[in-house]
Amino acid sequence: MTQTITMTVNGREARVEVADPDMPLLYALRNELGLTGLHFGCGLGQCGACTVHVDGEAARSCMLPTASAAGKRITTLEGLGTPERPHPVQAAFIAEQAVQCGYCASGMIMQSAAFLAKTPRPTEDQVREELVNNICRCGTHPRVVAAVMRAARG
Amino acid sequence: MNAITNRRGFLQAGAALTVAFSVGLRPRAAAAWAEKPVAADEVGAFLSIDAQGAVTVYVGKVDLGTGVRTAFMQIAAEELDVPMARVTVVEGDTALTPDQGATYGSLSIQNGGVALRAAAATARREFLRLAGERLNTPPAELRVEDGAIIAGSRRVTYAELVGGRAINLKVDANAPIKPPEARRVVGRSAPRVDIPEKVFGRFHYVHDLKRPGMLHGRPVRPPAMGAIAEAVDEASLRDIPGVVRVVHQGGFVGVVAESEWSAIRAAQALRVRWSDWAGLPEQAKIWEHVRATPVAQVQVTSERGDARRAIEGAPKQLAATYDFAIHSHASMGPSCAVAEFQGDRLTVWSASQATHNLRKQLAMMLGVEAEKVRCVYMEGAGCYGRNGHEDAAADAALLAKAVGRPVRVQWMRADEHGWDPKGPPHLVDLRAGIDTQGNITGWLADAYIPKGAGGNVDLTAAELASLPREQILSPGNIVHNLAHGYAMPAVKTTCHRLETTPFRPSWIRTPGRMQNTFATEAFLDECAAEAGADPVEYRLRLLPAEETRGREALERVARLADWQTRASPQRDRAGAVLRGRGVTYVKYELVRTYVAAVAEVEVTRGTGAIRVTRFFCTHDCGQMINPDGVRAQVEGNIVHTLSRVLKEELTYDRRAVTSLDWASYPVITFPEVPPMTIELIDRPAERPWGAGEPAAAIVPSAVSNAIYDATGVRMRSVPFTPAKLLAALRGA
Ligand code: FES
Ligand code: FES
Repeated sequence: MTQTITMTVNGREARVEVADPDMPLLYALRNELGLTGLHFGCGLGQCGACTVHVDGEAARSCMLPTASAAGKRITTLEGLGTPERPHPVQAAFIAEQAVQCGYCASGMIMQSAAFLAKTPRPTEDQVREELVNNICRCGTHPRVVAAVMRAARG
Repeated sequence: MNAITNRRGFLQAGAALTVAFSVGLRPRAAAAWAEKPVAADEVGAFLSIDAQGAVTVYVGKVDLGTGVRTAFMQIAAEELDVPMARVTVVEGDTALTPDQGATYGSLSIQNGGVALRAAAATARREFLRLAGERLNTPPAELRVEDGAIIAGSRRVTYAELVGGRAINLKVDANAPIKPPEARRVVGRSAPRVDIPEKVFGRFHYVHDLKRPGMLHGRPVRPPAMGAIAEAVDEASLRDIPGVVRVVHQGGFVGVVAESEWSAIRAAQALRVRWSDWAGLPEQAKIWEHVRATPVAQVQVTSERGDARRAIEGAPKQLAATYDFAIHSHASMGPSCAVAEFQGDRLTVWSASQATHNLRKQLAMMLGVEAEKVRCVYMEGAGCYGRNGHEDAAADAALLAKAVGRPVRVQWMRADEHGWDPKGPPHLVDLRAGIDTQGNITGWLADAYIPKGAGGNVDLTAAELASLPREQILSPGNIVHNLAHGYAMPAVKTTCHRLETTPFRPSWIRTPGRMQNTFATEAFLDECAAEAGADPVEYRLRLLPAEETRGREALERVARLADWQTRASPQRDRAGAVLRGRGVTYVKYELVRTYVAAVAEVEVTRGTGAIRVTRFFCTHDCGQMINPDGVRAQVEGNIVHTLSRVLKEELTYDRRAVTSLDWASYPVITFPEVPPMTIELIDRPAERPWGAGEPAAAIVPSAVSNAIYDATGVRMRSVPFTPAKLLAALRGA
């Protein structure tokens, strides 16, 4: 009774067999496709740890049924950039050392990258507002804002 | 480079260890997991060097996302004179690393790092001695560079020196360490080694571990904390594919399934008949409950003169009560562990702060010898103390035992908020007498806090299933900093250690020191206001002259914040938005790290909304290994504690916790984080102290004092919610 769902993940076609099409995309990405860069934080759409891009928009993968991703373009942290070709936000997170435990970092980076694509020259306050629903418990906030501003400066 | 990958590489390449040189290598016992010494007095417990000159550091302290791994690498690289890139770190593996106690109390560098430094310095001295013999040169004329010892044009590497032999060396705590002027790695900011992998999604957290044949488990916690599962209806899971087992023992219920999603669905769908239980106190009456709790032990933490008499004889007497709400660690990532039995041996991968202790706790729960259990540390989400990681490990162990296959357990958000051990309610009564010059004649502090120290926190699964456990309270060392370092003629500080506390307690970042510093430093501000004195000057007046480092921290923070000398509160309190500033100082546990802070706040009178607009902090933890790492810790302390002080409070009914998500347990958000100015006071010639917690201690009182300065209203109850402030403003 499994169903096959096809989507594009990090530029490649991916097929996921699901017993329950309502299974959140988070589990398909982490467990079926081994993309563990995104994290389970709440499963409630409240924390941002699971953020990915769906057709270029930041989305909470814990709230998306896998079936809804059919035919969509999904990007995860692993697909955003690599050590050889880092996305500017990734490079800026390293430059600013904007990570402690890093459990939130994936979501912070994905949210910020999607934001900068639309708002390339934000103010610091805009960055803070954009990240208002991304929780960090370690207190990396000032460095995250500095990193996003650095990435925006290019 | 990932320490975890390297560790795995190391384990798989176990044979390489026998051909590689290893300091203190001992023969491999055929069946033992321990293939190297782990006794903390042996150099080989901390270090090995292979034939290529790669250095592996073994530490019992673990990197909880704080960056200490990088600092450990710096320490080893410095003392051994090898590049950092050649150093890898293995942390918290009971088979491989020395037991250095739990990673708590801001002791990783102060104790763990200093022990590692001594081991490395001992090894270096031995290498120099051996090289001196080999090169026929007195050790004093030798130079060490990049893992090789050089005499003129001749050189010999560490690996060549030892040539595959095992050297048994005892750690000499007095082995000479590099003097400050010779250091090239330590004391300079080094980029954290884990950050690139975390930023590219390549880091392996415990949450990401997959074992062959691994199943997924979820605990099903009772809806009332003390309830027992009277009946479990397995038929309620009929429609969920891949359910392997329902495990039920007393109050412990768990499900195991082939896929994570099936385990989650099964845990939600499982019909359980729970017994009734309503043993929690009424939240609205928590402080009455605390006062009514029997006292197990009275602990006087400082006493000078007759404080009671001095207060009663003073022309002016002040009294106030400070309370601090129950908090959850509320880690970003719900706790997770993987457990795997091979025969009667259990391996558990956990983000525990204390894998060596967890090993003993799991063995006790399962009724086996500790030697049958191995705990391997892997990073999880930041825990800020003893959160649920160990409990997830116990859940996984019970479930893995039941199904005979490896089981990964990750809690759901509600499990984390509902069942992590809690920072206990903390109540402090204060009294002071003030003479006509504004001097404090006597000071009395009485704290009402649970008994116990920083021991093991019982595993939830063991509690629920009535399995063997220690049955002691371990809230952390919560008595510190009720005693203070200010000069007063008469002082008595007493901790009334309570027999029980409503929730299983444990330490959360700066346990007790935070609450006691809050009470002490805010009440001191009350005394300063009563005396009509400037709060910085008042503190300097009371700080003994020999406390030069403390005075410097305080003076520098005043300069940093451009502090204007005047008494609190500020005069003009008529506007709709009021602004104020507050100062605080602490010497952590009265023996180490000095921190001073100034908070600036803005209060909206009509709503009671509090905004911290700027935060200044000076921090002296002695020698710094990685200054940027220290700075990140100070920032984290301030932000985390602002969250706790302005927003966090556990809610509960008579049965269980009701603040089970981020909506009901709100935490600080980006727009609420103020700009911070931090000045690190570097003292390379001093011993290194901790930085993981001390700066958290100063936040609550700095904010409370600033609110008072702005409004004339004293916030004595954490969290400082708008509702509390509004009520106080209306009453003022
Ligand atoms: S895990 Fe998806 S928002 Fe928290
Ligand atoms: S870095 Fe730990 S939660 Fe953000």
